[in-house]
Amino acid sequence: MSEDMTPLGYPKRLLAPGQTYAGVTDKIASIPLARHPPRAWYFGFAAGFLLLMMLFVAITWLLVRGVGIWGINIPVAWGFAIVNFVWWIGIGHAGTFISAILLLLFQKWRTAINRFTEAMTLFAVACAGLFPLLHLGRPWVFWWILPYPDTMGVWPQFRSPLVWDVFAVSTYFTVSLLFWYLGLLPDLAAVRDTATKPLQRKLYGVLALGWRNSAAHWQRHQSAYLLLAGLATPLVLSVHSVVSFDFSVAIVPGWHSTIFPPYFVAGAIYSGFAMVLNIVIPIRKIYHMEDLITPRYLNNMANVMLVTGEIVAYGYLIEAFMAWFSGDKFDEYMMRNRAFGPYGWVFWGLMLVNVVIPQLLWLKRVRLNPVSLFLVAFSINVGMWVERFVIVITSLHRDFTPSAWGMFYPTVWDWATLFGSVGLFLTLLFIFIRLMPMISISETRELVCEEKEQA
Amino acid sequence: MPNQSHKMDEIRARLAATPMQWRGLEEAAGTAEYAERLHREFFPGSSEWADDVSRRHFVKIMGASFALAGLGACTKQPVEKIVPYVKQPPELTPGKPLYYATAMPMDGYGMGVIATSNEGRPTKIEGNPDHPASLGATNVFMQAGILDLYDPDRAQAILYGGEPSDWASFLSALNAAMAAQKSSQGAHLRILTGAVTSPTLFSQIQALLAICPAAKWAQWQPVTRDNIREGAKMAFGQVVEPQYHFDKADIIVALDSDFLFANPGSIRWAREFADRRRIHARGPATMNRLYVAEPSPTMTGAMADHRLPISAGEIAGLAQALAGGNTQDGSAWLRAAAAELKQHAGKSLVIAGESQPAAVHALAHQINAALGNIGTTVTFTASPEPWPLDQLASLRDLVAEMNSGAVEVLVIMGGNPVYDAPADLDFSEAMEKVPLRIHLALAENETSRQCHWLIPAAHYLESWGDVRAFDGTVSLIQPLIEPLYGGHTDLELIEAMVHQPSRLPYDIVRWYWGAQNLYPDFEKSWRKALSDGVLPGTALPAVQPKLVSAPIQTPSAAAGPELILRADPSVWDGSYNNNAWLQELARPFNKLTWDNAALISPRLAEREKLNNGDMVELKLHGKTLRAAVWILPGQAENSVTLHLGYGRGTTGRVGIGTGFNAYALRTSGALWFASGLELTKTGESYSFSATQTHHNIEGRDIVRDGTLAQYNANPQFIDAQAEPRPPRDETLYHPNEFKYTGYKWAMSVDLNTCIGCNACTIACQAENNIPVVGKYQVAHGRDMQWIRVDSYYAGDLDAPQMNHQPVPCMHCENAPCELVCPVGATVTDDEGLNLQIYNRCIGTRYCSNNCPYKVRRFNFLEFNAGMTPVQKMVKNPSVTVRSRGVMEKCTYCTQRINAARIPAEEEDRRIRDGEIVTACQAACPTGAIVFGDLNTTGSHVSKLKSLPLDYWMLGELNTRPRTSYLAKLRNPNPEMGT
Repeated sequence: MSEDMTPLGYPKRLLAPGQTYAGVTDKIASIPLARHPPRAWYFGFAAGFLLLMMLFVAITWLLVRGVGIWGINIPVAWGFAIVNFVWWIGIGHAGTFISAILLLLFQKWRTAINRFTEAMTLFAVACAGLFPLLHLGRPWVFWWILPYPDTMGVWPQFRSPLVWDVFAVSTYFTVSLLFWYLGLLPDLAAVRDTATKPLQRKLYGVLALGWRNSAAHWQRHQSAYLLLAGLATPLVLSVHSVVSFDFSVAIVPGWHSTIFPPYFVAGAIYSGFAMVLNIVIPIRKIYHMEDLITPRYLNNMANVMLVTGEIVAYGYLIEAFMAWFSGDKFDEYMMRNRAFGPYGWVFWGLMLVNVVIPQLLWLKRVRLNPVSLFLVAFSINVGMWVERFVIVITSLHRDFTPSAWGMFYPTVWDWATLFGSVGLFLTLLFIFIRLMPMISISETRELVCEEKEQA
Repeated sequence: MPNQSHKMDEIRARLAATPMQWRGLEEAAGTAEYAERLHREFFPGSSEWADDVSRRHFVKIMGASFALAGLGACTKQPVEKIVPYVKQPPELTPGKPLYYATAMPMDGYGMGVIATSNEGRPTKIEGNPDHPASLGATNVFMQAGILDLYDPDRAQAILYGGEPSDWASFLSALNAAMAAQKSSQGAHLRILTGAVTSPTLFSQIQALLAICPAAKWAQWQPVTRDNIREGAKMAFGQVVEPQYHFDKADIIVALDSDFLFANPGSIRWAREFADRRRIHARGPATMNRLYVAEPSPTMTGAMADHRLPISAGEIAGLAQALAGGNTQDGSAWLRAAAAELKQHAGKSLVIAGESQPAAVHALAHQINAALGNIGTTVTFTASPEPWPLDQLASLRDLVAEMNSGAVEVLVIMGGNPVYDAPADLDFSEAMEKVPLRIHLALAENETSRQCHWLIPAAHYLESWGDVRAFDGTVSLIQPLIEPLYGGHTDLELIEAMVHQPSRLPYDIVRWYWGAQNLYPDFEKSWRKALSDGVLPGTALPAVQPKLVSAPIQTPSAAAGPELILRADPSVWDGSYNNNAWLQELARPFNKLTWDNAALISPRLAEREKLNNGDMVELKLHGKTLRAAVWILPGQAENSVTLHLGYGRGTTGRVGIGTGFNAYALRTSGALWFASGLELTKTGESYSFSATQTHHNIEGRDIVRDGTLAQYNANPQFIDAQAEPRPPRDETLYHPNEFKYTGYKWAMSVDLNTCIGCNACTIACQAENNIPVVGKYQVAHGRDMQWIRVDSYYAGDLDAPQMNHQPVPCMHCENAPCELVCPVGATVTDDEGLNLQIYNRCIGTRYCSNNCPYKVRRFNFLEFNAGMTPVQKMVKNPSVTVRSRGVMEKCTYCTQRINAARIPAEEEDRRIRDGEIVTACQAACPTGAIVFGDLNTTGSHVSKLKSLPLDYWMLGELNTRPRTSYLAKLRNPNPEMGT
């Protein structure tokens, strides 16, 4: 047993041996300052950009024709747009969870990934925010949902969870943005100081807001950072709870359930970590970051996925149990239909990718092998999307009145919008990687310092 | 000069002899014609005065014409035009509709209607309460007929050989033809019409036949009443019309008769039938009992207390057994029906459908006579058709004459025989041999394509005329609008053939009735008849025909698969093929739209391994047709039903490419059904659009039903079927937030009397400007109708019970839709109306998700786009036309509520009970829908809601709906079990 391992045989190191302050700064700051990004970056950006263009086409056609270009109908009046919204919001959970909650819990293994996941959160929430607007029948009057002083005294209808959504998501986005930017400040200054070209120096200089690395700066920065972390922590729990109210407040069998808030939050963190892994693993490889993003990170993230995954599986179980236990004939039918109805194959697919495959994470080999971990995380990402599909579509397509039952078949525009939003996410992400220090320099240097002190 | 032959050797010789420049073979040939042409300015024939009238003579004629034209200008033309007014007519207040009584002819028989006119454009049809065939109600065809008026695919100009022409040219062509015909007594003139009940038209045709005694008048309509007529002739030796009185019948046995829907008297009969089933008071109740034997489920079959699915060919045997009394070895159905008919002699009724052969009708008459029903439940009158013909025979004769070349002029008034005549007659080919073919048609169709002249027909809302109802009552047809496309009526066409100069249609009708000397003060009676819509005292008197004692031979039934042909419940015989409202109207039971299907029984499907949408090849008597199948529970095992009216070759934009042409299999020997059908699966498939795909109620408390015996034993038994209504305060919100102290609008729907005829759906569509979305959108669940008629099956797959349930918005007091709307676009008002505010709606569709009844409809696309200005004329000005992206739903006809509110407030009184009639309620033939105020003591709706049969659909959700249902009761024969 080497000194890199804990007594139980798990990776212990947060940094590979031999890291220095200057080495860390150079390594991270050189990425945005480099004249050419690595070849893989071009491929990734091009793929994302092409998908983004597809999104623009899909949105244009949507605005020209109306939401009828999608597969939604009566009874399934919500389709991919809402599925995508909930999926993206869920993905957006990992960032703040890692930054805020782990910060407050003094978990040092957030250091190398927090910047990155915060950016991911912002982009995921941006993608998510697109869908509630696009899914409106008349998106050009979306602002009627906001409480503004209307001359006719008309307010939003505050009993509707959709109004709560607006507040929850916009608050979450704002706090996440501030938190991310606040964390970036010292690093932007570091990049500014490393930069040699005048334009770069100017750009990062403006963004660094005059950071001079003084002790007073650090003192204020740290308290503000902690305060924001405190603010963001309840938001992590509240946002997806509120999103789950969209469903649980309604009377639709399969939606109307009290387990939804915790179950949605767990699912959100589950999918958030899966997305982090899906991005971190390739990036770590491309930018040779194995020294900074050590196996311990991967192992810990896999552990979080394992825990939240079990909570989600428990949620599935309880849903089925309550459908039977409640004795409610509509709930009972909903559960039976979910598993054995026309969309039964989707449900069993969900069980496979979201419950069965993630059990592989019990194996150390799977957790520590980046390739297998990537594949399991991918399966979870797909699984969490499918979960929302099951919740939204299979509940709606057969509810109370059998004569009105119907089916939902996605159209090419549904898929274009889904993959297009992935394109938007990737494009933003690759631009971020290109322009910003993707790992917190200052916090990594703290780690170096700690290592030195220990040594 | 294409036909000029040149002698090439001569040209060669000439060219060799004289060296010359030549421009063409003509010049090289040096012909005389060429030489002349060189010296003329114009081409030969273009500048000569060919006529032998000299120039002087021409000027003389011109002078005379000018003088005569001047004289003509002095004649005052009778004013009967309806024109857009420059000055406001005194009877009109802008914004207030006017109502006119008129009548819609359908297959020759009149249905009295009240047409609503908004600023000169008819927008809505209601039934005429004074008319015997309507009693104020309508069927789907009357409701949707108005859309045909504004159909942009209507014939818009007189066409001669496909080229636009005009009435004057037509008249001169007609005059020339008629002059020739008159000289030969009309021996080569033939007229083809549908059934004619119009006394005026009949007198016109008589006048024509008086001038041309050798001319012949043939009649054909695909839904022919030949069997009814011939059956009466067989039984009584004379043509009489049976008049049924369902109000007097305790036991009704229907032999393949859809008497609740498919007959000229059906609306009235449905009312009479429903009145005997309605339970609108407390205390012990009685109901009539209906036995139906039929091959394919009909609305009548769905109302049956005992329904026997049986092939059409076996019905005759059933009738024979009932007539002969040898029912001992028959089915339980037969034994029970026979026994009950006997027990209720004089109060029972046997009725045969028009698709059953004449012998079955004759047997039915014999049974009714033997039971003493004649004179009570069935009486007889002369036929409302003044000249009842065996239509099939007359058509067959016409085809034979056309083939022999005996016909020189064929005038077809309406109809579409090229499409709908029996396939074996090959009408199309025979017609090609007629030198002059004239067709009066509402829209260009297969027949007019093959005619020399197409004369656009006036829609009935543009016409003067008259028509008899099933009982003979005459209605006047009066126009509400000047013909949009200069259409002409059949009266004008015959007039033009008889009289020159012609009278105007108004004069023709008026002069005819003036000459009848029916009324002492004609002017007053005429005005009253126009205002009431009926001519009083014109119902035909009852006659007492004597039974002929000859034994009746029925054709024996053949085993094996049979083909059943029936008029489509929506597009009928094809005449409504281009009507989008009817195309998108879900057919009863299978809820198919935009297509017909080969309806097959579940057993046949099992045997032939067929699924919904599988294409099959149907082969009958050498004719074949490819069609897609649909499995219909309740279909007789070996019967395959195909509805007529689809697969049109020439139709408008709406109807083109829909369905399968059943006429391809319809031969004169088998107009309605035939055995010997071969059915082969082709392996291809076809996609249908149905509005409802799930017909199993899954044990839910949606339709409550029971039997009369259960009800009489315990009137509350229906409540025991489901959870009790939750208490009012079982809600998170303030339960008494609204008190509803003013009006409290509510609706009651009686499932017991609903026959599932769909009239409410179309009436709502017409009243509320509901767009049509097309087959593709229906398949994707975007149909827009605000009130739908759901159908559910219960029991045996092969002989299920069928229940209809009209579902409008429930107007819940605790409306789930309202809580979830983020912008408050749907709210309950202080009278309990669940309002949808289109202006405020941003289209989240959350309300629809949360509506347990799924009655909300969403404009997924701009469904009102691309309407022509004429199409827009049908829109109701009192109802907003919704744009893309907003939710909509039933409003309880809020515009009608407000129309009643204004005069009530002016007079400072409450709105009276019955003053507001919603569109669905007005259309309902059986009065199953009642709307009103719950706070008005003694209002009809509050009485109905206090009945023990009243229940809330999904009431356990505590939605507290204002629309409630009266449970359905059946009255099965206790001796038959269920």
